[in-house]
Amino acid sequence: MRIAICEYGAGNVRSVALAFGRLGVEVVDDAEGADVAVLPGVGSARSAMDGLRGRGHDRVLRERVAAGRPVLGICLGLQLALERTEEDGGVEGLGLVPGRAVRLREGRVPRIGWARVDGDTYYFAHSYAAETPAATAWSEGVVAEVRSGSFVGVQFHPEKSGAAGARYLRRLLTEWQLLSSGNSYRSITVAGPQAFGGGALRGGATP
Amino acid sequence: MPLPRLIPCLDVAAGRVVKGVRFQGLRDVGDPVELGAAYSDIGADELVFLDVAATVEGRPTLVGLVRRVAERLAIPFTVGGGVRKLADADELLAAGADKVAVNSAALARPALVSELAGRLGSQAVVVAIDAARGRVRTRAGTTATERSATDWAREAEERGAGEILLTSIDADGTRDGYDLALTRAVADAVCIPVIASGGAGNARHVAEALGVAQAALLASILHENPSRLATLRDELRDLGVPLRDAA
Repeated sequence: MRIAICEYGAGNVRSVALAFGRLGVEVVDDAEGADVAVLPGVGSARSAMDGLRGRGHDRVLRERVAAGRPVLGICLGLQLALERTEEDGGVEGLGLVPGRAVRLREGRVPRIGWARVDGDTYYFAHSYAAETPAATAWSEGVVAEVRSGSFVGVQFHPEKSGAAGARYLRRLLTEWQLLSSGNSYRSITVAGPQAFGGGALRGGATP
Repeated sequence: MPLPRLIPCLDVAAGRVVKGVRFQGLRDVGDPVELGAAYSDIGADELVFLDVAATVEGRPTLVGLVRRVAERLAIPFTVGGGVRKLADADELLAAGADKVAVNSAALARPALVSELAGRLGSQAVVVAIDAARGRVRTRAGTTATERSATDWAREAEERGAGEILLTSIDADGTRDGYDLALTRAVADAVCIPVIASGGAGNARHVAEALGVAQAALLASILHENPSRLATLRDELRDLGVPLRDAA
């Protein structure tokens, strides 16, 4: 099982690589050939989109989703997958998922810290959030998970969310049938196949 | 609102975690890699690593050590001390940091905050402010300025800072409680999260700080016995502070 992290010049790429490494997953450079392409999540929208285009990742990610092959977007990586974001005066996204990212208007922004998504608590650090019909989970009214075809996006940082984050990534990889059923976390993968956007998050869906 | 955060802080000099009182009389209290891993495992909500000697010694942050600490962490990791330009921040993120903290260099050239936010996004930019009697001090507290902490915090926010890490030099290491007046003044002045730092001696102090700030930094109270973090979390829950379940 191999994953590739789409670098774009900034971002916590090593944090993501370390988290997948702890799951025993091999991290490679080949975003076209890897089993999963990860679009990671630190940076500002405009410089990240420029970086993605400059490296040809925009084309590779569109082709992957068109072919039904797994892509995971994390935080800004989720927002860039939408059609558009308000950030930096308005930036066109990859359009892998319908919807747009809008600035958070409540509480202290950036919204930084741990918050519940159904049964578990994950780490968030963001100033924008998705508005999309593809939302499958929420945290305090904020879209926490998005699914559209073979794309899964999370607003939280599973790579930084301790044991809960590791469980989330395991469930997702198991759901994508990239981890064997002998995996000890298999039993956590819940309910019906579509009970919750496919089952990587536990519990019931509540906006 | 996200849950209040407890953030152990590793003040690092010469490759070791050190701790003093009011930034003076630094003592060796442990190995940064071991302490960082212990806090991550015990349930810290984040970890902060400050290379407290970098600016004074005129050198960049200890990147090799940052890499080794990052390897053992499954929680957010903020690194500061000696960040002067974009390339320093890029290097730290590449080493495994999730956020960078800037202090002296940002006060000397506030545009640095805007540059960092433009590249990394505000959520990855922490402006650290050390204050004594409400006035900012720089270069690990060695240099006094006339700037008020609230005024500088407000400018940092306007320039794109994502969080303020506010350390009261008056309270640092005393274990007499956080400087609540200073913390409240800064928290009221900005709309970004504020991390209170300096003075934690017991759970009640931490609960008080979390009543005005979004996170509390912890150092002296923990380093001699990292498992204190677990009992502290329990005591805080008993005081009604909602904390994440780290299991």
